[in-house]
Amino acid sequence: MSVPPLELIKGPDETFILNLGPQHPATHGVLRIKLTMDGEYVTRAEPVPGYIHRMHEKMGENRTWNQFLPNTSRIDYLSAMAYTHAFVGVAERAAGIEVPPRAEYIRVITSELNRISSHLVWFGAFLLDLGGFTPLLYAFDDREKILDLLEGITGSRLTYCYYRFGGVCNDVDDAFLRGTKEFVAHMRPRMKLYRDLVTDNIILRKRLTDIGHISADMCRRYGATGPVIRGAGVAYDTRKVEPYSAYREFDFDIPVFPEADSMARYLVRMEEIVQSLRIIEQAVDRLPDGPFIAPKMPKVMKVPPGDYFYATEAARGRFAVRAVSDGKEIPYRLKLRAPSFSNLSLFEEASRGMMLPDALAMLGSLDLVIPDIDR
Amino acid sequence: MTIIEPIRILLYVVGALAFVGVNAAYLVWLERKAAGRFQRRAGPTEVGPAGLLQPVADAIKLMTKQLIVPPGSDELLFRVAPVMVMAPAMMCFATIPFADSIAARNIDVGLLMIFAFGSINVMAVMLGGWSSRNKYAIISAARVVSQNVAYEIPMLLTIITMLMVAGTMNLHEIVRQQEAGFWAWNVFRLASNPLMPVTFIIFFICMLAETNRAPFDMAEAESELVAGAYTEYSGMGFGVFFMGEYANIVIGCAIATALFLGGWGSPVGALPGVWWFLAKMYFLIFSVIWIRWTFPRTQFYGLLNLSWKILIPVSLTTLVLTSIAIKIPRMF
Repeated sequence: MSVPPLELIKGPDETFILNLGPQHPATHGVLRIKLTMDGEYVTRAEPVPGYIHRMHEKMGENRTWNQFLPNTSRIDYLSAMAYTHAFVGVAERAAGIEVPPRAEYIRVITSELNRISSHLVWFGAFLLDLGGFTPLLYAFDDREKILDLLEGITGSRLTYCYYRFGGVCNDVDDAFLRGTKEFVAHMRPRMKLYRDLVTDNIILRKRLTDIGHISADMCRRYGATGPVIRGAGVAYDTRKVEPYSAYREFDFDIPVFPEADSMARYLVRMEEIVQSLRIIEQAVDRLPDGPFIAPKMPKVMKVPPGDYFYATEAARGRFAVRAVSDGKEIPYRLKLRAPSFSNLSLFEEASRGMMLPDALAMLGSLDLVIPDIDR
Repeated sequence: MTIIEPIRILLYVVGALAFVGVNAAYLVWLERKAAGRFQRRAGPTEVGPAGLLQPVADAIKLMTKQLIVPPGSDELLFRVAPVMVMAPAMMCFATIPFADSIAARNIDVGLLMIFAFGSINVMAVMLGGWSSRNKYAIISAARVVSQNVAYEIPMLLTIITMLMVAGTMNLHEIVRQQEAGFWAWNVFRLASNPLMPVTFIIFFICMLAETNRAPFDMAEAESELVAGAYTEYSGMGFGVFFMGEYANIVIGCAIATALFLGGWGSPVGALPGVWWFLAKMYFLIFSVIWIRWTFPRTQFYGLLNLSWKILIPVSLTTLVLTSIAIKIPRMF
């Protein structure tokens, strides 16, 4: 569907400022966007983050490695596993800790389950942005199963602190493995249901196709990662380009859609759920025996001096931790590279000249988590 | 049995008010219950059996809330706008023939009257949005007005088609003509226009847009415009807008029933006509609710594109086809 270009209908300068947020249904949190509007057209969108800034990086410089660990799951609360993974990863890499293969497999399983649950929340919330209420509850129905599974082994339902330096905090039981297998079997037909109910809906297709263009070049300039850059036709996924943990051992594809519109980002995420199911299936089948945490881990983590880096593929894109240690119990500097921040920063350029509902649909397709932007 | 005129009028006024009130209240309940079922949850259950007292609780809540008139707004228009949604909807009930002998007024230009009053609705929403002095409400008001063009034209084209088929604007008379059986219903009258079911669908789509229902609820668009034109309304101000919306749905579905589905005509011959009228009407209302909870919202220009590229050409085609079908037999 074609939108009339802004130039054709632009008259004298009659722009006005529309404050979108910090409390607005479309921003899913306390994000504020200062929109300069020309009628229904957005001429300038200035994101104003910071309403939920909690100084996680500064906190990291004030507490021991162990003390900071629970903080990492509060950055992006929907994708906590991958964030904890990056933090324990950087410490393990720095201290040279060998993680047992069983722990790595468990990490992969839980990370991928967490990715699916995160994508399901996005799916529901995105459809809510587009005015469809029902898919949200279907998605939450499936997400509930994941939360129950993860609750069984981690004890929490959202902000997991399951990974420990050198492994995971307790072993998975048979109930979890059985439940995971059942979930994979349950989820495959559900994907077909989502396809029939939502993806192939003509209204949805018309609202997303050819709208909200974010080119690969723009993604690179702003550092956008995750489904945003994969929806722009670039097969960039930390799990493939810098394989960490046990990801090298699994057979999975990186879904890439070159159309670079909102629909492409939508399809990338839906396809990622399928690929995550594939990874989980392989990991559960081949789960090795052995310890779930490296033996003789010290009570207090001490990291030799140096500059360390570890990146994981979170649900929203590449999350990286850069830790500088001066050999003390407390990190000297902790830099958290959050994907949502980069993904939001391109909104200003990408939304220029779009109509308000399209711009908000594009904002939804970026899948922002506001605490992840503000950290 | 004849009832003397003043009492008759009083009965119908009270009846129409009660019908609109009960419908507005219990359609909200039905909508929430149906939405609950579509979404695999229970819907309202707490207040009364099966949540049946929920509308009462809602009404008490809305009525006890403070009516806030935002500073800087046009106070008179702000207060009048909700009334202007509700009052025309009530007026329209005067001509709707629920059964052969149940209609407040059998007016010869009933259909015209309904559409005349129906178009006030748009103005009311626009005034409400405009007088709120809220940017979201003003955007919504602008949307309502420009959207109006998109659906009113095809809707009136289908109405003209129906008028040509029926030859009268009297709703009672129109239903009379369809009494023979379900094959005589206008929606199946393929002899006078092979595209009759399509005309019905166009009318239904336009009716959805007219009542600001999903997927054409761009004016309310809660994820974009917070609550659109109703953003600044609190308490019963919002409540009356809300009731007006449901009253308009009832009107729209009642007209569709009378125009296309044979009104009180029964397909099998059992039961008095009024039950059939209500059954058909509530089936259409249920479809409206069903559509709302199934589809995402369209785009504003999506509706314009749909209107100018599909609805208007198709409804013009049906209009031409109907006139040919009427004219040709008369030539011989």
